[in-house]
Amino acid sequence: MADQRIPFATHADATVLGADEIILNMGPQHPSTHGVLRVKLRLDGEKVIGSECVIGYLHRGVEKIAEHRSYTQFAPYVDRMDYVAAVSNGLGYCEAVEKLLGTEAPLRARVIRTILTELQRIASHLFWLGTHALDIGALTPLFYCLREREEILKIFEKYCGARLTTHAFRIGGLQYEAYDEFEKDVERFCTPFDKRVDEYESLLTENRIWVGRTKGIGILSAKDAIDYAASGPVLRASGVKWDIRKAMPYAAYDLYKFEIPTGKNGDTYDRYIVRMEEMRQSRLICLQAIENIPAGPILGKVGKVLKPPPGEVYHAIEAPKGELGYYIVSDGTTQPYRVRIRPPSLINLEAFDKMIRGHLVADVVAIIGTLDIVLGEVDR
Amino acid sequence: MANDPEEKQPSPSPKDDSSPAKPPAAASEPASKPAAAPAPPAAKPPAAAAPPRSPAPPKEGPVALDNDLVKRYKRKFGEAIREAWIDRKQAILVVERERLVEIATYSRDDEKFDWLSDLTAVDWPKRAQRFDVVLNMYSLAKNERLRLKVWAAADERVPSVQGVWATANWQEREVYDMFGVVFEGHPDLKRILLPDEWQGHPLRKDYDILTQDTAWVRENLGIESGQ
Repeated sequence: MADQRIPFATHADATVLGADEIILNMGPQHPSTHGVLRVKLRLDGEKVIGSECVIGYLHRGVEKIAEHRSYTQFAPYVDRMDYVAAVSNGLGYCEAVEKLLGTEAPLRARVIRTILTELQRIASHLFWLGTHALDIGALTPLFYCLREREEILKIFEKYCGARLTTHAFRIGGLQYEAYDEFEKDVERFCTPFDKRVDEYESLLTENRIWVGRTKGIGILSAKDAIDYAASGPVLRASGVKWDIRKAMPYAAYDLYKFEIPTGKNGDTYDRYIVRMEEMRQSRLICLQAIENIPAGPILGKVGKVLKPPPGEVYHAIEAPKGELGYYIVSDGTTQPYRVRIRPPSLINLEAFDKMIRGHLVADVVAIIGTLDIVLGEVDR
Repeated sequence: MANDPEEKQPSPSPKDDSSPAKPPAAASEPASKPAAAPAPPAAKPPAAAAPPRSPAPPKEGPVALDNDLVKRYKRKFGEAIREAWIDRKQAILVVERERLVEIATYSRDDEKFDWLSDLTAVDWPKRAQRFDVVLNMYSLAKNERLRLKVWAAADERVPSVQGVWATANWQEREVYDMFGVVFEGHPDLKRILLPDEWQGHPLRKDYDILTQDTAWVRENLGIESGQ
C-alpha cells in the first residue's frame, strides 16, 4: 500500500510512512459511512494522524442535468440530493427560481411550506439521531426515532402522496391544498413530541458511554468552523449563533418565535445537544403556524412557461444540515443556464480532516455521524 | 426584456430576440384554458409581481451599482474593480483576476466577509475569457452577501483563495473537475467528484452528454450506442 504514493491533502510528505504507521481504507462500502463515502486514514497504531475523504461515488451530474431541463422539470431532481430532507431541497429551489422571476409565493403557501419544512427538519434530525446513536453502539434510540419519523412521513404521504422524494412544492407556491385533517395531524404529532425528545435524551444525554464517546471528540473551534464555512448545527455547536431563518428570513419564518440553540465546545456532544434542541424549536414553530394558517390562494401568478429575465441569483435556506444554496443563472430562455447547488453536507464534510486528527479509529464513525452527511447531497 | 410587460401589455415578447416559435406557444395556452380571465399573462410574472412592491422595481436584472461598499473597494483597488452591478438586490463585483487573493483577503479582514458560502464557475464559451469564477461571500457581522467574480480564459490560471478561506480547497477542486479551470497555488488540485482518469470537464457548455455516452459505450461495450 505504501509504495502507491497515496497523497494526502494536508501532508506534503505523506508518501513517506513512519515505521509504526499504516494506511487504512474505510469504505466506500462501510455501514458507518452513511452511504458511499470512502475515507483513507493514516494511522499511528490506533491514532488517526491524517485522513482523506474520497467522494463522488454517487455523482449523477445533477448540475449538468439542470441545464437540459426547464425550470419546472428540474424541480423533482433536487429531491434526490438530500433524500432524507427532500422537502427542504424543494423549498430552496422553488424560492430561488421565484426570486429569479421576481415573484413570491402567496402567504398561505409560505406558511404551509414552513410547516412542512419544519416537520422535515424534525424527520431529518430523527433519522440522524437514530443512525448516529447506532454507529456509536446505542441500538435503542433508532427504533423510537423511526417510530416518530414514520408519523411525519405519513403526513407527507397524505399531503402529496410521497414519503421521501416528495416534490411537495411548486414554483410560485404549492400544487396541493392542505388536506382536511392537516392541522389536526400536525398537532397530534407535535403536541406530545417534546416528551418524546425528553425520552431520547433520557437514553443518551447522561449515559456514561454516550458521554464518553462524544464529549471532547471532534472539536471544531468557532474560528475553524467559519474558515471551513461549516453551517447549520455544526457551526452553531461551535458557538456561532447564526441561522438563516433568523438572519435572512424566507418562507414565513419571520412570523414565528423560536430560539437558536448554540453549543460552547464544538464537540460531538454539543452538536448532539444542539440538534435535540432544534427539534423542540421546530415543534414550536409548527404549533405556532397551525394555529393560524391564513386563507387565500396557494399558487401565485406564474406562467406555465417560466422564462426568467436574464440575470442571476443566489438564494440560501437553512436546511436541516446547514446552508443549502442555489446559484442560478438565467439567460432569458426556458432552461437555466447554470444551476449551482451549494450542498451543506459537502462543505461540512470538508472539516472532517481537521476534526479527526489525534482521535482513534473508533471515533471516525462518531465524527462522520455527527456531521450528518448524506452522500446523495455530497456527490449530487 | 424585463421591461416589456411594463411598457406594453399585449405581448410579452415583442422585442424578445429569442426564437419566434415562443409567442404562439404563449398565446395558445391561455386560449386552451377558459378559466383564466386575463388572456396573455402566461409569460409576464414580473408584471404581476410588480404592483405590490414599492416603487423601485421596474427592472429585474442587472443595474449598475455605486454604493458605499463599491466606493470603498474602488478607493482601495482602483482599476482592479472592473464592474459593479446589482441584480435582484444582490451586489456583484467583477475584479481583476491577478489581484483576486489580495481583494479576497481585504474582503475577509476589512469588509468582514469572513464566510465563503460558495465558490463556483459559469461557462460562457462565446466570450474571449470564457469562465466566470464566482465567489459568494457572506458576512456574519453585517448579515450581508457579496459576490465576487473574475474572468478567465481557458488557458488562464486563477489564483487560489484556499489560503484565505480553507473551505475553498474542495470547491476549487470541484471547479477544476467540472470546468477545467486551473487554480494557481492550490495545494492539491485534482479531480474530486469524477474518477481521476475521466476525460474532459462535464460542466463546460461544449461537453456533450450524447457524445460522451456514445464514446463510452463503444469503448467499453464494443457496440454502437442506441441513444
